[in-house]
Amino acid sequence: MMHDGRSSPDVMTSPETGVVRPCSHARTPAEEIDPLPAETASHTDPTLWLLAVRDHRDRAAFLMLFEHFAPRLKAMLMRGGLRDGSAEDVVQDVMLVVWHKAAQFDPHRADASAWIYRIARNRRIDLARRKPLPEPDALAEPEGSEPDAAHVLALGQEAALLRRALDAISPDQARVLEQAYFEDLPHSRISEMSGLPLGTIKSRIRLGLDRLRRHLNDLRQP
Amino acid sequence: MTAITHHLSDALLDGYVTGCLAQPFAVVAAAHLSLCDACRARAETADMLGGAMLDRIAPADVSQGGRDRMMAALDLAPPPPQPIAASGIFPAPVMQALGGRPPKWRMLGGGIRQVILSADVDGSLRLLYIPPGRAVPEHSHGGLELTLVLQGSFADSEGRFGPGDLEIADDDVDHQPTAGVEGPCICLAATDAPLRFRAMIPRLLQPLFRI
Repeated sequence: MMHDGRSSPDVMTSPETGVVRPCSHARTPAEEIDPLPAETASHTDPTLWLLAVRDHRDRAAFLMLFEHFAPRLKAMLMRGGLRDGSAEDVVQDVMLVVWHKAAQFDPHRADASAWIYRIARNRRIDLARRKPLPEPDALAEPEGSEPDAAHVLALGQEAALLRRALDAISPDQARVLEQAYFEDLPHSRISEMSGLPLGTIKSRIRLGLDRLRRHLNDLRQP
Repeated sequence: MTAITHHLSDALLDGYVTGCLAQPFAVVAAAHLSLCDACRARAETADMLGGAMLDRIAPADVSQGGRDRMMAALDLAPPPPQPIAASGIFPAPVMQALGGRPPKWRMLGGGIRQVILSADVDGSLRLLYIPPGRAVPEHSHGGLELTLVLQGSFADSEGRFGPGDLEIADDDVDHQPTAGVEGPCICLAATDAPLRFRAMIPRLLQPLFRI
């Protein structure tokens, strides 16, 4: 399920750069970024669909998003303990938020999967808490600003590399990640694990950090 | 504005994104994330991994009616109301805790003022206003205290804290924060236990002011 057994030699051999040190502002040397074939480095389709919903209220694109994500969100919510029927209700809630809040989607900061994952996760957290989870200020792109294609492309490339790194982890490691991301075990469990493939995932995550942080800074000082 | 140098710890960030923090701490975490690009980027990169995991999960069957119900809902469901937004020095999570209204300060003595935003079994959340150069009475904690600077600065045994900086103080920190002289210091503070003041008089005042 999580592990399809494909090997990713260049990912496997990339340097182990240690655990995620999220507040570090260190630049990552360019040579750490493995080259990828051009087609895997472009926007993933769901991100294009989400942009069509955001910019044109495109219902056909929304339906594609629903067909892609609803079965996955339902599986995620059931892993988190919801029953079949209520999981479907929550999927509807989540996708409705996607429709209404699409204007807040920023392809410089997330792909569609990451953005929708966060909405689903927060929705599930709110169902379990007595009070809704307070959320940070929404950061909006300045009106009419052109997307930075190179930046968006690079984010997509990092996401693709992250997915390839995930291909290389063991079933045991996959189970820990699934627990952390679908069943609400604190993420700190992840940092207790060792081993190169997971270390590669951590360094992939870190690759994105500095880029995201600089984009956030640009949003504040246009 | 100087750079933010005191951040959410890994444990607090994990606790926030997994929804495990008590409400007062979650508000402080969300307020810090509003101000701190580095920590927001940490949270959002964790989402990238979550998204990659979501793409790999074995899909579950969605009922036939679900898709029709979904498309119908797009027209039927009204868009959610706009959440209360940031205002001045107060990030959105603080304005939401204030109910969208400006703070109503209450005098605590010595020019120090506070607004209690919540106080219940989850702990307490309040805004503190400390005049320039003034010290908050020395105190220690029964538990965890998070203090986020929204304006001005304070310094204590743990260092200097400016706008956006977060102080994480647990049981063994016995501190006396003093506001910087450049202007009044306004902080957002969350605790999971009442503060214990060293001096007798503030201790007597505690039930009165619920601090």
